[in-house]
Amino acid sequence: MIAGKTPEELFQERSKRVEDAVQLKVPDRVPVAPNFGFFYAKYTGITPEEAHYDYDKWAMAVKKTVIDFQPDMYTSPRMILLAPGPVLDMVDFKQIKWPGHGVSPNHSFQFVEGEYMKAEEYDAFIEDPSDYIIRTYLPRIYGALEPLKMLPPLRSMMVGYAAVHLTAALARPEVANALETLSKAGAESLRWRSIMDSLQEELTGMGFPSCAQSIAVAPYDVIGDFLRGTRGVMLDMYRRPDKLIEASEKVLPMQLQAGVFIAKRSGNPRVYIPLHKGADGFMSLEQFKTFYWPTLKKLITGLIDEGLTPWLFIEGDYTSRLETIRDIPKGKAIYHFELTDLFKAKEILGDVVCIRGGVPNSLLCTGTPQEVKDCCKKLIDVVGRGGGFIMDSGAVIDEAKPENIKAMVDFTKEYGVYG
Amino acid sequence: MAEDLVKAIADLHEEEALRIVEERLSAGEDAFKILADSRNAMEIVGKRFENREYFVPDLVYSGEILQEITAIVKPKLTRATEFERLGKVVIGTVAGDIHDIGKNIVTFMLDINGFEVYDLGIDVPAQKFVEKTEETQAKIIGLSGLLTLAFESMKETIEVIKDSGLRDKVKIMIGGGQINDEVRKYTGADAYGTDAMRAVSLAKEWMGNK
Repeated sequence: MIAGKTPEELFQERSKRVEDAVQLKVPDRVPVAPNFGFFYAKYTGITPEEAHYDYDKWAMAVKKTVIDFQPDMYTSPRMILLAPGPVLDMVDFKQIKWPGHGVSPNHSFQFVEGEYMKAEEYDAFIEDPSDYIIRTYLPRIYGALEPLKMLPPLRSMMVGYAAVHLTAALARPEVANALETLSKAGAESLRWRSIMDSLQEELTGMGFPSCAQSIAVAPYDVIGDFLRGTRGVMLDMYRRPDKLIEASEKVLPMQLQAGVFIAKRSGNPRVYIPLHKGADGFMSLEQFKTFYWPTLKKLITGLIDEGLTPWLFIEGDYTSRLETIRDIPKGKAIYHFELTDLFKAKEILGDVVCIRGGVPNSLLCTGTPQEVKDCCKKLIDVVGRGGGFIMDSGAVIDEAKPENIKAMVDFTKEYGVYG
Repeated sequence: MAEDLVKAIADLHEEEALRIVEERLSAGEDAFKILADSRNAMEIVGKRFENREYFVPDLVYSGEILQEITAIVKPKLTRATEFERLGKVVIGTVAGDIHDIGKNIVTFMLDINGFEVYDLGIDVPAQKFVEKTEETQAKIIGLSGLLTLAFESMKETIEVIKDSGLRDKVKIMIGGGQINDEVRKYTGADAYGTDAMRAVSLAKEWMGNK
């Protein structure tokens, strides 16, 4: 470890370095946080399938990688695998294919596109989202929970004295079976969570803060990713724009509540917001301003109002939207860009938001350490000028040459010192 | 009337377009002419996409409008609807990858640019590309993939095509957001592209029609 400093001091130092960058102050040096994904597995020689199924191996993989590379922040494995394999098996989850279940044991999971909510169901969703989720949505996305569609409308329990009779529905063999499965899956989730919690504690004890422990999703993406599918949500912009906006507004407080709740429980102020379907090409700027940005902006400001730090992972190219996304409180958030020109982003957003990213994943895969250093040098010189920058890869790192990650981290620590 | 329909579709006015179609049909117009106008409109949509006036949602929506018009018009067709085609293309997302947005856009753009496209869907095993190519005598194969794992799968697919004896008879293009010339060399493809317009220009070039 680093001579003369306790893990607590290191934790404080790293957290402050990141916090200074977020607040657009000049830190002691540019923070560096390679956004690891399945690199944790590749680097330590375990398969993505093991990462899904063997919690201890997965935790060890994360720990070893963090110790070897010594980043200022590490990516929580909870932001990579939102649920472990055995739980997905038990509930028969339909929205992703995971290693050994539709994709090879050596590949990471992939999302299964679908219209999980039908166009004509917007009203049902808007009127009573919880009822819609439990009785219509979950039965579609979890095979094991299909019987939940037999439940009576949840709001019928309002008449308390009579509501107890509704529990009769729970006694139907199919429903009882589904609830039993749910309970087993819950126990397994708890086992996974306790291992992930211990890992987080252990790494904290060693002086490493995580990037974030909490996640929130832009309301348009909630609808596009999980409910209507890409094609469905795109058509909705033309055919039922008002419903789409109304549903997004309905989703907003739920995402806000979820993001705040977990962030506060974890003690880490940052909330990860991965953006998917609002990038250049995926909609016009006008559509972005109408359908995507209003609720995303409210999500960002809502988290900020709670004293939290939104970390937006801005997938794809956002070059045409930089002026639009400038409109947030200063020094309170992180914009992590994938394909957007970072130099232009610095010009337009540098006085408002901390910029993160910069090293192309293709360079980390195919380049040499010298090329990585050259890239980092330019980023530090230009984007890092005056603070407000966190060195990172453009996208989540699944594959990369370890020597390139090392070059990125070590060079930033050496060359990125301010003063 | 023809101009009205072309404009309504090209400007993505769904209800107006459908209304004009119904009116023209009830006025006794040849269904084939309506389809021909619709195709002209789709060409305008394609041009606007190329010029970045239109984006993916506009393509998806225009495809949806076209599908509805076709459904109304088809039963009334009195003669064959074969439009002249520039060539045949077999396309699909390679085994292991289930992303289809990029592939669908390429299919769409090839189609409105005059190609007969056989879309095999997603997660397509190598052998299926071979079978469809033999069956249709297509001269072009398009392999799509978004993830880095698709590189390996593209390479394997091209090897299977080689083993089947088809390699000299076809041109192979690969495409996807992460594809570059390094990947093309690695997989053994003839050319690559990262957007749908590139697929169209390659296909035209290969069919000797620039």
